[in-house]
Parts: sequence; structure tokens; C-alpha cells
Amino acid sequence: MPEPSASQTLIIRGGRVIDATGERAADVMIADGRIIEVGERLAVPEGGADCELDAGGCIVAPGLVDLHVHLREPGDEEAETIETGARAAALGGFTAVVAMPNTTPPLDDAAVVESVFARGATSVCDVVSSGCITKGRDGRELAPMGELHRLGVRIFTDDGVCVAESGVMRRALEYARSLPGAVLAQHAEDPSLAAGGHMHEGAWSSRLGIPGRPGAAESTIIARDIVLAELTGAPVHFLHVSTASSVDLVRDAKARGIAVTAEVAPHHFTLTDACCAGFDPLFKVHPPLRTDADIAAIKRGLADGTIDAIATDHAPHTPEAKERTFEEAPPGMLGLETALALTLSELVEPGVVSLIEALALLSWRPAAIAGLGARGHGGPIAAGAPANLCVIDPGLAWEVDAGRLASRSRNTAFAGRKLTGRVRHTVLRGEPVVIDGEARR
Amino acid sequence: MRHLLSIDDLDRTGLEQLLDLSERFIEVTHRDIPKVPALRGKTVVSLFYEDSTRTRLSFETAAKRLSADTMTFTVGSSSVKKGESLRDTVQTIEAMGIDAVVVRHGSAGAPKRISEWIDAAIVNAGDGCHEHPTQALLDVLTLRRRRPSGLDGCRIAIVGDVRHSRVARSDVLAFSALGAEVTLVAPPTLLPESLEGWPVSVCYDLDEVLPNIDVLYLLRIQLERQHEALFPSLREYTSRYGLTAARAARLPADALVMHPGPMNRGVEISAEVADGPVSLIAEQVANGVAVRMAVLYTLLGSGGPVA
Repeated sequence: MPEPSASQTLIIRGGRVIDATGERAADVMIADGRIIEVGERLAVPEGGADCELDAGGCIVAPGLVDLHVHLREPGDEEAETIETGARAAALGGFTAVVAMPNTTPPLDDAAVVESVFARGATSVCDVVSSGCITKGRDGRELAPMGELHRLGVRIFTDDGVCVAESGVMRRALEYARSLPGAVLAQHAEDPSLAAGGHMHEGAWSSRLGIPGRPGAAESTIIARDIVLAELTGAPVHFLHVSTASSVDLVRDAKARGIAVTAEVAPHHFTLTDACCAGFDPLFKVHPPLRTDADIAAIKRGLADGTIDAIATDHAPHTPEAKERTFEEAPPGMLGLETALALTLSELVEPGVVSLIEALALLSWRPAAIAGLGARGHGGPIAAGAPANLCVIDPGLAWEVDAGRLASRSRNTAFAGRKLTGRVRHTVLRGEPVVIDGEARR
Repeated sequence: MRHLLSIDDLDRTGLEQLLDLSERFIEVTHRDIPKVPALRGKTVVSLFYEDSTRTRLSFETAAKRLSADTMTFTVGSSSVKKGESLRDTVQTIEAMGIDAVVVRHGSAGAPKRISEWIDAAIVNAGDGCHEHPTQALLDVLTLRRRRPSGLDGCRIAIVGDVRHSRVARSDVLAFSALGAEVTLVAPPTLLPESLEGWPVSVCYDLDEVLPNIDVLYLLRIQLERQHEALFPSLREYTSRYGLTAARAARLPADALVMHPGPMNRGVEISAEVADGPVSLIAEQVANGVAVRMAVLYTLLGSGGPVA
């Protein structure tokens, strides 16, 4: 079989097309990286199609968009690289991911950001660099936000750490108003409240003797940044919202017309702090796994539109890094290859959100937050649009096998979990990068 | 029982069997030659990531009195920073051919992690703020020897920094499993954030509980805590929660005082109380060896007689 490439003609046959405009049964024809026709029973073009992808029983959706991944390059390529992370993303249905800036060196410098964009451009997923808010992510002086913006950065964040100083956050927000489309994304955890903590502060941390990170560490920063967003008129995006009170604050801010958006990570609507009872650092993540009540509140926030996006916070770590005690191991878990299935299994199947709403949370809403429509992500699926698509088999049952993940790391918290729904094909700029669940390169 | 990681690993029967066995070993330690051959040919390693001379010596003495070979592996915290994973360290030790590892570690759950990586029996000798099960065993043994009727209905107040205390977590489980009524006494900053599921009551006022208890169990105050905004000063702590001679005088006549050591005399306990007749502190230390013999014997022994 010839290597599929972007210049070929491609037909996606027999699927149910779903995008922000609605749902219809249609084939999708693609040539030269763009969608050229969408309709029922499309005729094979003259000269034939180079590749036909079967979408029978499947959903054809705009490629998924992940606002929050750690690809570890540069600096920790033992855990992940842009190439391996992009492959994991493509297998998870993502055609665009935003790479977080806590690399070594951090993404606070034009040369480093340029190298991430350059590597991302040739990978099997569109890897978009974020940029730091502050130099060295140390929360004091502003990073060269204008210069990074000119390179294409739209999401600015010090993720991994919070911009803790109120005055610094205020100035960064004011400055960002001069950068069209720029959004400041906050890792909301007050460092003085979370200091020394390794899991959610509550009944389990008290019993286990593991110092806790209170939910209030998150919600106090969210409350403060809502006030600062109102003061400055600049938008704030809240990364990985994990508590009930945070969801309530965001809901209230939106009702008052303040420009805030919020994402949640799949592990925060599927796992609780009880998972930490065995001291296994696979379940260590910041912000930490919370309680059943927090999960219920996050689901309400997803259902009523308070939450705008599902983002993985994909955080690879080598086995050696996790073969430590709970307190000594670094926080973070993989997410790219399980996010869609967890969303379908835990949100759509039980009726928390509809299928189209789930796709909105995974594709066009995050694309809008990060300005990725301009790069052809998030749909719509219509003639003339760039062909960034994923084909999802919603009924396929599978079991997560850590050993078979495409990520360089193995730190999934879902090994052995039975899920329903999996990506069959992923198309990036007209190139079928995943066919029948297998990465093509 | 394959490991001793938590008091939760034992039910009331299991606890009582260990205590009964400990009594046998107390008898052994009183012999002219306080040594039995029960664990001859077995090797017990002490793996201490934190300094603790008294616990380590107590375990090593226990192992030697059972005729086991002992090795000590003291790991400075720096080797963790150098990057050797805990797993690599314990697998290296296991390769030397060993039967049990006694683990002291600054992080909660370290012994549990190790038990998943190697085949040797693991004894938790204190892990972070989680548990210190052999301390709790020696505490209940000491109390039981003073109270022939057992711990049922015994009113015990645990006073001090419960939040950061692995001793308190194990003691609460052990005391309550044997039927005692436990009250935690501390300012809220020194109590766990949540006591959901803990079989305890709470009182912020030591003077209120003093007249109505049978045992006062004082925890060590780590002096650096006063710099973490947990309480204003040692002076204020002592004035509210210290067992001064004046407070000791208000205890019921037959009340007992315990402390896991090392003590801060003049802070949580006054010297005259610590050395006075109500204090069980010296007995606690003495019973530690017998309890640890019982634990090692249970984990490694053939099940034959103590001899």
C-alpha cells in the first residue's frame, strides 16, 4: 500500500457527520488537504480515490483539540517527545494539542517556542506551543509575550505553577489586552495553601497521613482571577478545574458576563482521592483527585455549559520517576489515549451530556478558546475547510493496556479499565495519520 | 500476616495474639541468656531513611535475641536526591538474600510500596505521618500489663500534634480496636483536617478532659512547628496543652501517663511528671524489644514453639 500523504484524494464513507452545525449521514471527500465535498453516497472522482476510509457505524467529527498536554520536549525526552506525544494524540483522535511550557528550558523564549512549533509542524498532530506568562515561570517578570504572540502563541500560562502574585497577574492580564486572541490560562493553586501537599486534603489524606492540598487552594485563586478578569477586561482560562466550589465560581462569573472559560480533565470526573489509599503515585496529580461531591459538581458544570472544554493534562513520567513513594514521585498522569473513551463512557453513556455536546467540549469549544479555528481545527465539516477530522467508533469496547500506549511513558491511571468508544481514523490536513486504530507513522 | 504495614492489618484477635506472644518474649528477655534460636539463619535488614536510633536499636536487639542475622542500611536523604529510585535501592538489598526489611521512611506509604516490589516481609517502623504500628503495639502491651482487665472502656486522651503523628494514627486504631475510648486533645491546627471515620472524640481543652481519663498519652511536639503558624509559641503550647505538675495533680489518682519519646521536657511534659510514679515511659521502651520480637517471629518464624 502506498504511503498516504496529504496530497491524495480521500473518501470517508458511510459515517454520521457531527460538527457544531449539527448532524447528518454523509460521506466526506478530501483532496489536497481540504474537504472538497460532503454529502450522501459521493461518487468516486475521476481517476479514483487514493484511499477510502470506512466509517460505517461511526461518527465523523472535527479533529479533537486538547488545550493541555505536557510533551516534555525539550528537556525530558525520556518521558515523552513531541513525536511520541503527537502519535498518542492522533490515536486519541486529536488533531491539535497545546503544549504546556514547563519544559527545560521553559517556553518563555522565542527560540524555544519556535523549535516546538517547528517540530510540531511535521508531527502527526498539530502541536501548538503555549508561552509562559512569566520568565522562568517564577511569577515575577513578564515573559516576552508580544514576541511569542507573533510566533503564533495564543495560550499563555505558567502551568505547573500558579501565577501567585496578584499584582503580577493583573499586569499580565492588562498587557495581554494588546495581543489579539491571547488568553491567560491559570494553574489555579495558591502555593501557600497547597504547600507541601500531595493529594486532596480531606478524609483520605487525614487517614493516610499524606499532607493535603485543600480545594480552597484552587478556588481562592479562581475567585481572585475572576475579579482580575473583571478589573482588566482580559479573558482568563482556568486549567484543570477540580472542585465544586470552583465550578460554582465560574458559573457565577459567566452569569455576570466576565470573560472566563474553564476546562476539566477526564481524571477529575472519573477518579477520587480514595484511589490514593494504596499509596500508588500513578494517582498523584496536581490539582489532586477530589471527592465524589466534586465529581458530581463537575458533571453539573459540564451539563450546563459552565465548563467549556475537556483537556487531558497529559503528563508523562518515566517508570523510574513514579517508582518512588507517593510523596516523592512527581505529579501527573497520561491522558491523550483515554480522554475520548472516558468522555463517552462516563459522560455520554450515562446521559450527563449529549454526544454532540461531548464533541463540543473536546473539539470546537477548546479550538475557539485557543484560536485554533484559524489553523483549521474544530470544524465545521464543510467544503473548503481544512481536513482535520476524526472518525470515532462509539460502540467499540476495549480495555486500557498500559503496555500498548503510544506515549513513551506508561503512567496511566486507567490500566485495566474497560471503556467504550475508540478512534478508528484520524485525518490531519488531509493525511490519514491513523487508520483502523493504527498510527501510520 | 505477611507484612506489618498498618495496625489495620490486624483485627482484635490478631492484636491479642501478638500481645500474648510479646508476653512470652518479655519472659525471654528476663533470662540470663535472653536469646532463642527461633530465627537462626534468617536475615533482617533495617532500612532507615530517617534517623531513629531508638527504634532501629530496638528492632536490631529484637532480631538478635531471635538469633537472626542483622544488617543496617542507613540511607541519607541525599541519595534520593541523587536520583536512585526507592525500587532500585530495595531490589539491590533483596539481591543480597534477606528475609525481612524493617523500614523507616519520611514518606507515608513507603513500606507499602516496597512490599509490592520485593518478596521479603516488610515491617513498617514509621512512615511519614502515616503509621508506626510497632509503637502502638508496645503502647497497648504496656497498658495491658498495667490493666489486667484490658483496655475495654479505658478512657485515653491523646494530646498534641496528632496531625503530623504516625504514632497517633496507629495508636487510635490499636486503642479503639481493643475497646478503649479515645479523645484527641489539641488545637485545630494540630488535628487532622478531617476525622471522618476516626473512632474518636475531640476536645480543644486539656483541662476539661483531665479529671475524666484513665490514660494521658502525650505526643512529641516538633519544635520547628511553631514556625509554620500552627501555634504561636512553645510557651503558649505548654500553657494550654503541656502536662505540668499542676495539671498532673488534677488527674484521677490511678491515671497513667505515656509518651512515645523522645520527650521535650518542659514543653509537652514536665520533668517531674515524666520521672514520677504515674509515668509508663520507661516501661514503654522496655516493652519495645519484646513486641518487635513477636512481630519478627510472627512474620518469619516457622510457627514452632518460642523455646
